[in-house]
Amino acid sequence: MKSGSLGSYIARRLLQTIPVILGVVVVNFLLLQLAPGDLATVLAGEAGGAPKEYIDQLRARFGQDQPVYIQLFNYMRNLLVLDLGYSFRQSAPVLDLLLARLWPTLLLMGSTLVVSLGLGILMGLLAALWVRTWKDHVISVAAIIVYATPLFWVGLMLVLVFSIWLDWLPTSGMENVVAFHEGWDRVVDIARHLVLPTVTLSLFYLALYARLMRASMLEQRGLDYVTTARAKGQSDRKITTRHVFRNALLPVVTMAGVQTGGLLGGSVVVEAIFAWPGLGQLAFQSLFARDYNLLLGIFFMSAVLVVIVNLTVDVIYVFLDPRIRIG
Amino acid sequence: MTAIVLAIDELKVALPAWSDRMFAVGGVSLDIRQKEILCIVGESGSGKSMMGKAILGLLPAPHVRAVGGRIMFEGRDLLALSDDEMRSIRGGRIAMIFQEPMTALNPLMKVGQQIEEVLEIHTSMTPPQRRERVLALIRDVHLPEPERMVASYPHQLSGGQRQRVVIAMALALEPALIIADEPTTALDVTTQAQILHLIKELQRAHGTAVLFITHDFGVVAEIADRVAVMRHGEIVEQGPATQVLGAPQADYTKALVAAVPGLKPRLQELDADSNVLLRVTNLEKTYRTSSGLFGGTVREVHAAKKISLELKRESSLALVGESGSGKSTLARCIIGLESVDSGLIEIDGERISGRTRAELRPFRKHVQMVFQDPYASLNPRQRIGDIIALGPMLNGVSREQAIGEARELLRLVGLKPDAVDRYPHEFSGGQRQRIGIARALAVKPKLIVADEPVSALDVSVQKQVLELLNDLRKSFGLSMLFITHDLRVAATVCEEIAIMQRGEIVERGATAEIFAAPSHPYTRSLFDAVPGREWISSLGPS
Repeated sequence: MKSGSLGSYIARRLLQTIPVILGVVVVNFLLLQLAPGDLATVLAGEAGGAPKEYIDQLRARFGQDQPVYIQLFNYMRNLLVLDLGYSFRQSAPVLDLLLARLWPTLLLMGSTLVVSLGLGILMGLLAALWVRTWKDHVISVAAIIVYATPLFWVGLMLVLVFSIWLDWLPTSGMENVVAFHEGWDRVVDIARHLVLPTVTLSLFYLALYARLMRASMLEQRGLDYVTTARAKGQSDRKITTRHVFRNALLPVVTMAGVQTGGLLGGSVVVEAIFAWPGLGQLAFQSLFARDYNLLLGIFFMSAVLVVIVNLTVDVIYVFLDPRIRIG
Repeated sequence: MTAIVLAIDELKVALPAWSDRMFAVGGVSLDIRQKEILCIVGESGSGKSMMGKAILGLLPAPHVRAVGGRIMFEGRDLLALSDDEMRSIRGGRIAMIFQEPMTALNPLMKVGQQIEEVLEIHTSMTPPQRRERVLALIRDVHLPEPERMVASYPHQLSGGQRQRVVIAMALALEPALIIADEPTTALDVTTQAQILHLIKELQRAHGTAVLFITHDFGVVAEIADRVAVMRHGEIVEQGPATQVLGAPQADYTKALVAAVPGLKPRLQELDADSNVLLRVTNLEKTYRTSSGLFGGTVREVHAAKKISLELKRESSLALVGESGSGKSTLARCIIGLESVDSGLIEIDGERISGRTRAELRPFRKHVQMVFQDPYASLNPRQRIGDIIALGPMLNGVSREQAIGEARELLRLVGLKPDAVDRYPHEFSGGQRQRIGIARALAVKPKLIVADEPVSALDVSVQKQVLELLNDLRKSFGLSMLFITHDLRVAATVCEEIAIMQRGEIVERGATAEIFAAPSHPYTRSLFDAVPGREWISSLGPS
């Protein structure tokens, strides 16, 4: 049942995402129409003012003189062949810009996911094992403090301590561009740049997962099947590793799937602080430049990312929980 | 006299300081001999489960712990053993069977692995040997297709099958003693009969001693060699089963025995031409589950097939069937919580089926429901008064008047009127069920649908609630549709019975007639499954 239909399940789920993504595109397109000002006025404003004819001419060049529904129709039609349009601001096709910025964002998201999930689960597990001892209290209180601290403040403080005072790690960017590192040197260089953004972005989620894992472990430990395992003569350590841990993991995985969308939002702030050349920073810039084509492309890309992550989580869930029936 | 397997001597189990009494078990002494089944009978809160857990060192420490006495097993005091020593006894020499087969197994682990775990812990068998043993055990407990069973997950098995898995686990190492804590309470009557039979069969074959904890004297009569009756943490009476069941000495035992619902059918009290209140004609209901946005495989469950029945004014009809027979679906259709596929439901000549929610609203007050679970069916954040008064207030009664009526209703169901200001958690299960009944009565319905209203209650409380329903029925002139899986309960409350199996009514008629001569094979199998029926019929009219 599981392996046989998993392929068709994934195919069907991908099919179902098409209306979701189309919906996202349409809503975003219409929302951006509501925003005051457009690229033409911004360009004109930057040039220190321009006659109305010039602005109209710019609009005609960008296709903005057409009615909204025709603009939408054209956009959707282009989208079908993955033509996301042209960024007049950056003078490059949107798709190229996105792909260049995609992998730094994926790198940051991936490392954050690994760190926050891994450490969060570990911390929650330890807190549950040491429940109501001082170690548990230390973990729980730390988690609450981290949970309540704003992301940007953590980022700034980390830069202050580790980059400026201690001078251990670089303050910003993804790599040292003037050093022209290659091969392993480049990997090490990027890894060093990755540390602070990852820690900043991870801390909140780490705290969240730790708290959830602790609660989940404690809940599972009180259930009947644990008593059954004890009545079999199983040791406490084995009960935790074989029985409780996997059951306790399920809600954490669910939460991680939901939060990954939020991770994308959180990365905008972090990318801004650390000048990380990712999608978030690009979104930030294009918003102020009224570069709507680029902005729409970013939204589209984010929607695709979130949908893929959710699908991945669902597939992982099928393997973790035999009760999930697919097909 | 055979050798003593386990000797409990003045066992005391302390409860935490905030509970209403000091000891869960207060000085109990018991012997369990080889090859015997000792039944511990008691109501909830009697300390019987705590005693069972104390033997295996499974008490919820540190709040509840054994503080005195000895439990001697194979020459050692179990209370004085270290954790490691205790672990080698658990599952190996003493095994346990639990009440809730639905939750007693790890949902993420294959059944075979869970049985194998016992062997892994206590023996040095090689994996192929263990696998062989697991298959043999699965055959021993008569589970079908052992090869497939090993690779199944718990959710793929029925409650009865899961309980068989738990029993296989308990038997794995041929323990000297098995503690069975209400192992059949959560099961259907026929499944219960099968499991009881299995436990007895295996106990005879392996010569194991069994400590069987239950609240049901019917089960005791079915299985026990010796009986000990517990109340408030103390043994009230103990002796051979025939003696305790046939000639109980202690008053408490007598009361418990008297509370067992008899198999004496209730007689038709109404003249035959009394008019019909509820009429169901050719009702059909099928549940379909389609998967996903784009369809795919569709599963169908035919929950009601061509159901027709009539309920006369001021009479009561029992719908008897096992879980999955469609009896609850039928009830939900009748009170309008579920739409029907086809067929007709009429109450007092008015068509109920096929109406929209808005059209149905004026009829809601004619039919009210009493639910099975007294814990889940009352909103924990609402005061009792508000819970009861809500129905009348929706029908236009002022709040003051509704609360006043609620007080009166509470008095009628045997509670203090000032309960209106209290919250559900302050009441016991039986009291909550009384509140549920008061809530149903508040809107002055013509028909009460009671869905297993007593199956979550102890026998003695069960009897009180049934008597209350009976009295209220007469004084309010109510009709009642009573859903139950227990023929004994059906017999005490209802003049008429309809037996349901797989969405169909297989037999229908006056209770007395069906009890005298059940015609359908399924009805007969239900009668055979009634625990301790020979003993119950010997009790005479109650």
